[in-house]
Amino acid sequence: MNATAYVAIGYGLSAIALITYTWRVLTRGRRVSAEVPEERRRWM
Amino acid sequence: MTTTVQPTASRAAGGAGPLGTGSRFTRVLGIVVLVMVAFQLALALWWSPPELLQGQAVRLFYLHVPMAITGGYLAVGLLAVGSIGYLWKRTPFWDLLAASAGELALLFTGLTLLTGSLWGRPVWGTYWEWDPRLTLTAVLFLLLVGYRAMRNAITDPDVRARRSAVIGLLAAADVPLVRLSVDWWRGLHQTTTLNPLDPELDGLMLFTFFFSMVTFAALFLWLLVHRFRLAWLDEQVAAHGLQDAIAERRREAAPAPAAPSAAGEAPAPRVADPAVADAAGGAS
Repeated sequence: MNATAYVAIGYGLSAIALITYTWRVLTRGRRVSAEVPEERRRWM
Repeated sequence: MTTTVQPTASRAAGGAGPLGTGSRFTRVLGIVVLVMVAFQLALALWWSPPELLQGQAVRLFYLHVPMAITGGYLAVGLLAVGSIGYLWKRTPFWDLLAASAGELALLFTGLTLLTGSLWGRPVWGTYWEWDPRLTLTAVLFLLLVGYRAMRNAITDPDVRARRSAVIGLLAAADVPLVRLSVDWWRGLHQTTTLNPLDPELDGLMLFTFFFSMVTFAALFLWLLVHRFRLAWLDEQVAAHGLQDAIAERRREAAPAPAAPSAAGEAPAPRVADPAVADAAGGAS
């Protein structure tokens, strides 16, 4: 493998990890926020 | 046991109540971060030139170093601040700040190790070496894994917050060792990558490096706000969910006032929800 392949793998895996994490946080946030009434949603 | 709260009128009408963990601030910051990431990728992958000795592998440097600084210094620094804040004030805010920063520190430190290994293979000829900096970074990663595991294992909020604050401070104590390891011991890892007073990089490479740092810091801030809000919502569900469910069951169990019937007929029997009946039966 040449250096370009390592660069592609590095950027690809990092993008997958960051996008997956972000997606999980945002979707879980939407789900959990539906269970909390507005008066208890401080810091929103 | 789960409880369902009906959406309020303002939310149903698309009013003031935000859905999820977003807000005007995070939406604006999110758009700015997206633009910055696109520009950073263009700079790092296309516009900046290959380095004389490392060749194309230098492009991983624009990912690895900002992640190391964001995860190691920014995120672990906030983990330490949150841990100290909790041990001092004993309020959930500090514990949740530490927990959110700790999770992001784990993510960024894991990616630092991954991108470092992928950079090391073409430049050093190996994915891994038991070099002091690499080893201490791996120790930091393991401490952050332990921090997460401890938070998941303990159910009592006070005990969890107190013990995880101690682990968080232990993880933070490793960061100065990671930073100084390249000066204290001779290893494979290079010394300080960039001296701000006398940068060896110049031109577009230097700009790409600094822009990458700012981009990852902005991305970290955006993720931190969302993660903190999610942690706060989780805390509210855990603290009030059971209380609300008990109150709801009591309301359901209370005898309804008999409505006067004009024709003198007996009121129609209520159809019980089997799930509610099962839950009430199980609780009694």
